[in-house]
Amino acid sequence: MLETTSPAATTPMLSVSHVVQSYRKSDNNRFLVLDDVSLAIQEGEIVGLLGRSGSGKSSLLRIISGLTTPVSGEVTWCGRKLDGPARGISMVFQTFALFPWLTVLQNVEIGLEAIGIEMAERRRRAEQAIDLIGLGGFESAYPKELSGGMRQRVGFARALVVHPRLMLMDEPFSALDVLTAETLRTDIIDLWTEGALPIKSILIVTHNIEEAVLMCDRVLIFSSNPGRVAHEMPIPLAHPRDRLAPEFRALVEEIYSRMTNRDGPGAELNKPGAEQGQGHDITITTPLTAVSTNVLAGLLEELTDAPYNGRADLPALADSLNMPADALFPIAETLQILRFADVQSGDILLTEAGRAFAAADIDDRKEMFARHLLAHVPLAAHIRHVLEERPTHKAPWSRFEDELEDHMSEEFADESLRAVITWARYGESFAYDEQLQQFSLGAED
Amino acid sequence: MLFQPAGAGNDPNPVRQHRFSIFDIFAFAVIFALFALFTHGTQETLVPIAQLQQTPISLDPAMLPEYALRTTLRMLAAIVASLVFTFIYGAIAAKSRRAEMVLIPILDILQSVPVLGFLSFTVVFFMGLFPGQVLGVELAAVFAIFTSQAWNMTFSFYQSMKTLPRDLEEVCDGFGLTGWQRFWRLEVPFSMPGLVWNTMMSMSGGWFFVVASEAISVGNTTITLPGIGAYVATAISDRNIAAVAYAVLAMLVIILLYDQLLFRPLVAWAEKFRFEQSAGGPPPRSWVLDLVKRAHYFRIVLSPLGSLARAFGRMPLRAPVRVPHEVHKAWGSRTMDRIWAGLVITAALYSLWVIVAFVATEVAGGEVVHVLYLGFLTLLRVAVLIFLASLIWVPVGVWIGLNPKVATAVQPLAQFLAAFPANIVFPFAVVGIVALGLDPNIWLSPLMILGTQWYILFNVIAGASAFPSDMREAASAFHIRGWHWWTKVILPGVFPYYVTGALTASGGSWNASIVAEVASWGNTTLRAEGLGAYIADATTAADFPRITLGIAIMSLYVIAFNRVLWRPLFTFAARRLRLD
Repeated sequence: MLETTSPAATTPMLSVSHVVQSYRKSDNNRFLVLDDVSLAIQEGEIVGLLGRSGSGKSSLLRIISGLTTPVSGEVTWCGRKLDGPARGISMVFQTFALFPWLTVLQNVEIGLEAIGIEMAERRRRAEQAIDLIGLGGFESAYPKELSGGMRQRVGFARALVVHPRLMLMDEPFSALDVLTAETLRTDIIDLWTEGALPIKSILIVTHNIEEAVLMCDRVLIFSSNPGRVAHEMPIPLAHPRDRLAPEFRALVEEIYSRMTNRDGPGAELNKPGAEQGQGHDITITTPLTAVSTNVLAGLLEELTDAPYNGRADLPALADSLNMPADALFPIAETLQILRFADVQSGDILLTEAGRAFAAADIDDRKEMFARHLLAHVPLAAHIRHVLEERPTHKAPWSRFEDELEDHMSEEFADESLRAVITWARYGESFAYDEQLQQFSLGAED
Repeated sequence: MLFQPAGAGNDPNPVRQHRFSIFDIFAFAVIFALFALFTHGTQETLVPIAQLQQTPISLDPAMLPEYALRTTLRMLAAIVASLVFTFIYGAIAAKSRRAEMVLIPILDILQSVPVLGFLSFTVVFFMGLFPGQVLGVELAAVFAIFTSQAWNMTFSFYQSMKTLPRDLEEVCDGFGLTGWQRFWRLEVPFSMPGLVWNTMMSMSGGWFFVVASEAISVGNTTITLPGIGAYVATAISDRNIAAVAYAVLAMLVIILLYDQLLFRPLVAWAEKFRFEQSAGGPPPRSWVLDLVKRAHYFRIVLSPLGSLARAFGRMPLRAPVRVPHEVHKAWGSRTMDRIWAGLVITAALYSLWVIVAFVATEVAGGEVVHVLYLGFLTLLRVAVLIFLASLIWVPVGVWIGLNPKVATAVQPLAQFLAAFPANIVFPFAVVGIVALGLDPNIWLSPLMILGTQWYILFNVIAGASAFPSDMREAASAFHIRGWHWWTKVILPGVFPYYVTGALTASGGSWNASIVAEVASWGNTTLRAEGLGAYIADATTAADFPRITLGIAIMSLYVIAFNRVLWRPLFTFAARRLRLD
């Protein structure tokens, strides 16, 4: 049933053209998630969508799978316009999405039940998929009896059993610990290169740079807010790939540089040594991530000490801290916004202020932090200014939330305000009362 | 009912050899006994009323098992009806935005309406449907129980439907499961733990109403359905205190059997539908469920039933015609919203007018004010009683909850007492009040809370048991004791649980006021002044406009009480006092 006539090599299996996705916030105000995204997937390739959180890559995956419809633009699947979930596309979820009340076997069979395949055939195919993915013997177990890695194997078996032509993966390894993720990744790649998987192509969404380089034939790097395809990179390495090979490291390094490039992933990469220490100018409407001040201080201290002595290669730093890249990016970016560090071509460098901060005691740190916060985070300065202007020195949360939501989604506005509150509390720049949802100038009341 | 035995067909490698075991004999015996009893019990419902009146209720204790069976069957019928109602009403409310606008407020109000007040209406209605047949009266009784059970089950199901995990919904959509398959594969299983728990709570409340609804008198017609409630009613009019004691005993046995044979297995079984994938705390166990699991042959015999049930849920049923895109769009438009809102408001205003016009045929404006005053008296009783019960049961519950050994022994007892229909023991109190010549205005009041105070107790016990031990240790390490300990440590800790319990207790007390404010023993009738007595009197007189007025006023009081007191407390507890 797989051997349908494949379209001519020139027509892609799936093509996405000029897709725009946005969500309605109020009657005449929409928030843009995806802006004019076009891409194509050919038969026989693994394509990676790489981007920071909030770059709309999961939204795009849901559009491709037919679960949501875009505001404009269209998806063509096997020569026809996509209208709702299509046969031949299946999905592996970040959260596994298994039914806890069904056994492994029943979970795998569910996709076959939907298309009304009769019992014996259903059982045969489910057993086949279960054996292929290394779950033999677990058929009658319930998901809660399994480890995370085994659960995701069920997720894979369930996606494979319907013999899809295209398998979509939504950060399939990110909820697993490092070792488990590695084993599962290798198993999938081995099965793929052996041609044992009953699928033609894979589209994988990830924020893990090494994972993308390890698995994909082609990587599309997304820019954030709104999401766009900013850069496309082929990965011309043969499987199995060696993480330590110089070519592999070079590709990882390049992607790191692109993703931390202040002009966006698609722009010309900075030459090392050029324009140093310029910081990162932002506006009131730049989304912020609520990074704890403990983490910021911790990274500054780590960078000050040997072996880094003020300069670290981001991939190496992420590795030694045992952190995925996407957890390191917001920290580095926040330090850059506050001018405690600078990020260039995949490296992070301490500024003078950053060194001073690391060396200071608690009170001096707080005082320095407050100064940098009000000078370099326009949103914090703005809130402080509003509070000073008002005779009561108080202002409700909603006042700033409404202002931010003209420029970003509700979640981003929330997150940005939370970030500023955390930082302002540490720097004692202004106070916030959770009960009253109200900002105020000081802790005097 | 969804049946999911992990039958032999499910297991690809049946390793163990299935031997006929003692458990099989046990299981078969139980099932066939139930079949026999069921046929016997249902046969009697098809006779004409005249025959029923020729065989009056006998106070012979030997008749009690049969009466108990009839009562239990009514309960079962009501629970099945409640489940069907829940699945349909809850699903429509959750799936259609417009239906939700109407259905959920209605449900909210139905929850607050005193069910016992309905009884006279429903009896008249169902007797009209089946004139001269016992079936009509039976249905009226079943309906009365149904109205006491269905609402919170429906709410629980609706809430589960609204909080389905998004990724599982996407799996269903992605694989193209039809609405029918989705309902049985995702929606019903996901809501199962909450639904089973709420069904159990409903059953607890239901015993009270089954007892009250078996002896119904509307105007000059008095109908007694064979059952425990009718037995008690007869004992009361015969002034037979020994018979009341037998009935209490029989009730104890029934509730115990019900709990052990039906609900404990159900709760243990529903555990597998719990969504959290990590285990927390010891899972509930049931010896009956264990027995059934070990009875291999029994399961083999039952497995065709199981497969049938599963095949039923798997059928790829879908809407026969796909709604065209344009129609779908027009239906979802803003204009349609406005038209719909207009229709709803018109219907509401019209219903209001109908009610006012109906009540106004008999009742003058001055009486409405008087009824409001009566409602205030009952409100006072409920408020004072809840306060007193809290003063007693919160400290007791905290003490029990913090002693795990005592808690495991007492907790089932408290739940059991909450399920026990307090109206069976009313006669004892009435005899006492008559003998001592006490003022019924004061001394009838405690009856209102007799059955409902236990909700406070077992919720507080649950709260105190769940109180984190590290916080207790911190409190004792910093020498926090006495008054300080109560106000800063334990009371905030159990508060969310207490609010749940007190809310249930107050709702139940309003309902109980209808049977508690007027109580009789033989020819002696005690009466407390209040809204409950007003409704009870109007029912006896078959005065429908006054019944309507009484119920409407009581519903208003209950809703106002909930909005002004309980809901703000709930919000406060959820915002500030959560322990996670």
